[in-house]
Amino acid sequence: MNTATAAAKTMTRTWQSLCIRADLVPFSGVAAWVETTEGPAQVAIFYLPGYDTELYALDHHDPFSSANVIARGIVGDLKGQPVVASPIYKQHFRLEDGQCLEDESVTLRTWKVSFKGDEVWIEA
Amino acid sequence: MSTTSLTTKQSLIIIGNGMVGHHLVEQLVEQGATERYDIVVFGEERHLAYDRVHLSEYFSGRDAASLALSTRGYYTEHGVTLHLHAAVTGIDRERSEVITDQGRHPYNRLVLATGSTPFVPPIPGSDRENCLVYRTLDDLDAIRAAAKNATTGVVVGGGLLGLEAANALRGLDLDTAVVEFAPRLMPMQVDSEGGGLLQEKIEALGVQVLTGRVTQRIENGEASFHRMVFQDEKVLETDLIVFSAGIRPRDELARDCGLEIGERGGVVIDDRCLTSDPAILAVGEVALWNNSIFGLVAPGYQMAKAATGTLLTSSSEPQGGTFHGADMSTKLKLMGVDVGAIGDAHGDRTPGAKMFRYLDEIKQQYRKLVVSSDGRRLVGAMLVGDNSVYDTLLQYYANGLDLPEDPAALILPSSEGTPALGPDALPETAMICSCHNVTKGDIRATLDAGAVDLGTVKDSTRASTGCGGCTALLKSVVDHELEARGVKVDKSICEHFHYTRQELYDIVRVEGIKTFGELIDKHGSPDTHKLGSSSAPMLGCDICKPAVASILASCFNEPITDAAHIPLQDTNDTFMANMQKNGTYSVVPRVPGGEITPDKLVVLGRVAKKYELYTKITGGQRIDLFGARLEDLPAIWGELIEAGFETGHAYGKSLRTVKSCVGSTWCRYGVQDSVGMAIYLENRYKGLRAPHKIKFGVSGCTRECAEAQSKDVGIIATENGWNLYVCGNGGMRPRHAELLATDMDEETMVRTIDRFLMFYVRTADRLQRTSVWRENLEGGLDYIKQVVVDDSLGLGAELDSQMQTVVDNYECEWANAIKDPEKLKRFRTFINDARPDPDIIVTEERGQLRPA
Repeated sequence: MNTATAAAKTMTRTWQSLCIRADLVPFSGVAAWVETTEGPAQVAIFYLPGYDTELYALDHHDPFSSANVIARGIVGDLKGQPVVASPIYKQHFRLEDGQCLEDESVTLRTWKVSFKGDEVWIEA
Repeated sequence: MSTTSLTTKQSLIIIGNGMVGHHLVEQLVEQGATERYDIVVFGEERHLAYDRVHLSEYFSGRDAASLALSTRGYYTEHGVTLHLHAAVTGIDRERSEVITDQGRHPYNRLVLATGSTPFVPPIPGSDRENCLVYRTLDDLDAIRAAAKNATTGVVVGGGLLGLEAANALRGLDLDTAVVEFAPRLMPMQVDSEGGGLLQEKIEALGVQVLTGRVTQRIENGEASFHRMVFQDEKVLETDLIVFSAGIRPRDELARDCGLEIGERGGVVIDDRCLTSDPAILAVGEVALWNNSIFGLVAPGYQMAKAATGTLLTSSSEPQGGTFHGADMSTKLKLMGVDVGAIGDAHGDRTPGAKMFRYLDEIKQQYRKLVVSSDGRRLVGAMLVGDNSVYDTLLQYYANGLDLPEDPAALILPSSEGTPALGPDALPETAMICSCHNVTKGDIRATLDAGAVDLGTVKDSTRASTGCGGCTALLKSVVDHELEARGVKVDKSICEHFHYTRQELYDIVRVEGIKTFGELIDKHGSPDTHKLGSSSAPMLGCDICKPAVASILASCFNEPITDAAHIPLQDTNDTFMANMQKNGTYSVVPRVPGGEITPDKLVVLGRVAKKYELYTKITGGQRIDLFGARLEDLPAIWGELIEAGFETGHAYGKSLRTVKSCVGSTWCRYGVQDSVGMAIYLENRYKGLRAPHKIKFGVSGCTRECAEAQSKDVGIIATENGWNLYVCGNGGMRPRHAELLATDMDEETMVRTIDRFLMFYVRTADRLQRTSVWRENLEGGLDYIKQVVVDDSLGLGAELDSQMQTVVDNYECEWANAIKDPEKLKRFRTFINDARPDPDIIVTEERGQLRPA
């Protein structure tokens, strides 16, 4: 994808309501459908209550197994960076930017998420 | 290596595929001899080369396959032609041909590795039925067959092999006696004092020992099959006789074709293993070097090495060295009795030798040192009852080290133990493994080349893979050298904890810590990166979180789906099902002991059909239902629980199954109710979380249809109770389980298993099966026995009560989850949409659905 279209798509992202706090599982992930600029996507939402950044959203699709499972991975930190480990082949993905730590060429898409009161909103 | 280049290969024939014959093939392959020779091996036995040193284990559970030293595949892979069950009947030296029943085979070079045969004294009647020998697997089969109709057995010969044979007879439940011609047992290795002590110890094991007896004839017995008549006309009746009165070289072929033979047999060889015909070599127990036959495996291996050099070079000093004779020092454990003999143990070959002797009649230990006339050098030693100083003494002897001022200190008991000879006192040339010729210098070179642990050193030097006698010494040398290199093995489980799993386990128990948060808060590694500017604690990772979850479950057995534990679990534990490659799950309900009612079978079929699940019978005697969608799991389990099923923990590092045969209930041969026992054990230990999965097997008789000896815990019924085997494994690295205790009643057995499992749970590394745990446990099976059976650490009561806690707190995890709507929320595939994942696509194959 060239930078022009990437920029265009980023610009058209809009905030939408996704779910409520009670749908989340602390220190773990859940999956949700989100209508993105690139069409409907399965998104994994991770919730770290009490941390600087409490919410993260990444692709739910695991590029190594081609299964939709990322939300079911174990959340942890490696060298000070929050990560999720794919439950199938155990690669780690940085929650911040989706970068795979084992394979530089692989990155999951990420979205901005935040609480608005008790609701979870995502920019997609 | 040779630089000769030949356009056509020469033919090299090896006669004999015993330990030395096989070692020769390995040496030749390693040195690249297959480029120069077409190698053809003839073995007389049906079996490929096997480990004769551990032959007696054939009666204690090992089979021909596990004793094998190699595989046919190895031979094929290296282009070595192997003919088994193919006896060579003659050698035609004029035409350079070897003759077998199949025809004639031309050779350029020929190696005799025909070994030896047991000597049967020419006593009238020694050819009677049930007069056997102890040398090959076929011999052992014959002994086993004969023992079926026998109650008593006699071994003629009280040497090393004779005592091994006696132990084998004892293992076959025969009343056993040993008849020795000399005035004491093991006359070659021990003196009369040592022999007396050895006799006492052997007799204490219930074996009758008759020394100074010459058998005159064997005739029909009255109460038993045979009657042996001795020189004083005294008699001994027995059903079965095994001759083990020494060995004789198999030199018939060499004799018939006119090679030079020693006066008392053996093919004469020189330092290069060449016989009187330079085209022909001889190695092993058939070879006579400097008028000596070497009846041990290490010298045979050294000959094989020298012969390889001879076959590959034409110089008189072949690479790899020549054969200069070998040290016949030996260290044995016969029927649990240590015997060691080093060098000139009798002191009769060293003029002016002086001796130190120590005898302890209470502990039944005897130690003797033979020193040079000036007291400076050790020329021999003899040990009975305790070999703990053998390695140290051997190093003094083999390396000619200066003895301490008072050599007696080496054999006297002292409050601080015998002054051990540290590895750094050994010279570079010190021979550590004589089977494979590995010196301390070789080990250091391997470490210099990058090896960082014992396993790598073993793999690359093959040290301690022969007779295994040097295992402890090798470990101490490697440890010492690693330490000297400043290698510190970091055993931290991950970056979040500077502790091993065992240490974490102890912390959790001692401090009663019940959550991961509390543990990482109090004991997380202080120097690990913090998460941003946050003062919040570290999260942990996918290594430490499941490991701690398992420890918490082992200690307290709280439901793993409780909120505090959920983020710790692998997906399989979180959803209590096994994730498959397409993101669906498999469901395995527990079927204790593999026993299932027709009604329950119908339910499994009905549920599988309703939720479109692929069904397969597992190796653990239950039924696996594949392809369940995350959102269907609660409904599936609702129906299964309704029908009386419980979770099978197929997803957990925990007890999986207890496989059983049908047992005495139905089987004509069963001696105990193996199914009943399996069900009892499965129900007792279900839900026990451990460092890794645990599998059991229970067989109702020694036919072992449940394959219990390939399990972590294997139980085999006997006429008198149950035999318990532990630490077996199938899978990638199969390992036979080892016998921990015999003929136990049910209560004792359950207590022993409780302790064994808890000891494993407590001390194993994460994801370490019992087999690997056992192999890494210092002290091995003996140590497990001491802790679990003899309660040497005084841990018994504690282990018992820990197990009782786990048993008392058992609850079916699915039953617990299904009644809690909060927990069930987790099973939604999408929190904002009830529809299934459209990317899960299946296709039909053989009447069932599978991932497309």
